[in-house]
Amino acid sequence: MSKYLLDKFLYTVDRDPELVERYRSDPAGTVEWWEGEMANSILNCVAAEKSTWLAFTDSERSALRSHDHVALFGLGAHPFLTLTLFIAMFERDHGPLEYQLAYARAMEHITMPYPDIAT
Amino acid sequence: MATVAAVIASTHHPFYYRASTSTGADRPPFADEWVAKIEAFRATLTRARPDVLVMVGSDHFHQLWLDNMPQFLVGKAPFFDANWYNEEREFGLPRMRLAGQEELAGYLLREGLDSGFDLAFSNELRIDHSVTCPIITLRPEADLPIVPVYTNIFAPPLPRPARFVELGRALRRMVEAWPSDQRVAIIGTGHLSLELGGPRQFGPHGPDPEFDRKAVSWIADGDVEGCLAEVTLDSLHSPGNATHGFMDFMLMMGAAGDGVQADYTDTLDLFHTMEAYFTWYPSPAVDGDPA
Repeated sequence: MSKYLLDKFLYTVDRDPELVERYRSDPAGTVEWWEGEMANSILNCVAAEKSTWLAFTDSERSALRSHDHVALFGLGAHPFLTLTLFIAMFERDHGPLEYQLAYARAMEHITMPYPDIAT
Repeated sequence: MATVAAVIASTHHPFYYRASTSTGADRPPFADEWVAKIEAFRATLTRARPDVLVMVGSDHFHQLWLDNMPQFLVGKAPFFDANWYNEEREFGLPRMRLAGQEELAGYLLREGLDSGFDLAFSNELRIDHSVTCPIITLRPEADLPIVPVYTNIFAPPLPRPARFVELGRALRRMVEAWPSDQRVAIIGTGHLSLELGGPRQFGPHGPDPEFDRKAVSWIADGDVEGCLAEVTLDSLHSPGNATHGFMDFMLMMGAAGDGVQADYTDTLDLFHTMEAYFTWYPSPAVDGDPA
């Protein structure tokens, strides 16, 4: 489990307009590139000062590659990060609030307590 | 000593700016009522004639991140740029720049550290909608210097509710002890029940109207004791997965004072959330000030 890394992916993609578009149009390629090049970069540090140990689990990589917000929720990704990024990618294809409501409906089966999001 | 001219607690709904400025077919049906309520709320700050604003809010994973996450942070800088690309994208919020009040920020940091709050600080802070929404609603001229105070209601482990109340009490004490003749408004924003990214999001009301009813009552009555008796880090999961933002309201209850009724209370039942607006006037009327 690497909830922190899931969150780091969502966070770093969501704040970069080019990465938002790249992840929307090529999720598998973006996840592969990001895990290889970005997962171990420490934000606010020069490139040479990288971490050496961060990697997704298979289920995390799969959830990101398939744009599966329900799976990401189940894995404990921070729901605010997932929602914000997914609205950025997919709201444009729907009428007002349609996407947000469909996003919720896809999670109707989830009951309390929700997965722990502590990192 | 400085005067606490007003204590104000509010929700910070990022859709207000777009709703209030949209026209024609784009203008939502609830916009006019919302604007009227906000303008009445705004008047409660205007009449307090503040010189400086202490702004309590929470960074939404903009500048503060999990590799270095403070629990409570004071912004001490001459200026604060504001709003982020994803807030522009999703909410249509404008870029802004606010002046800082470094002397008060430094005072709060020193006094806070000396009274048991290990406050983090930032000398270059780009603030987000938790601070700019109340600027837009309460002081759209954006002409007063601010001291931002960020709390962590977002990235567990979080401080417990009582700690938020204690910080609110401490902020009130520290502002009142600040050797200055300035009139300070302490403004904080949070949420009532709220769900984001979960199955209960974007419903016709807030996810837990019963919680909202109780919360409004606790705040309006200054019922710190009753609120603390029921609200825990665990209990806040039930009304909605983003309801920990209510702890910023609890901070403001601490700033307003135990048992002190709000001088102004208003609410608006919107889709997705219950909006709530509260103002206290701690200081006696001066110079005909209606407060």
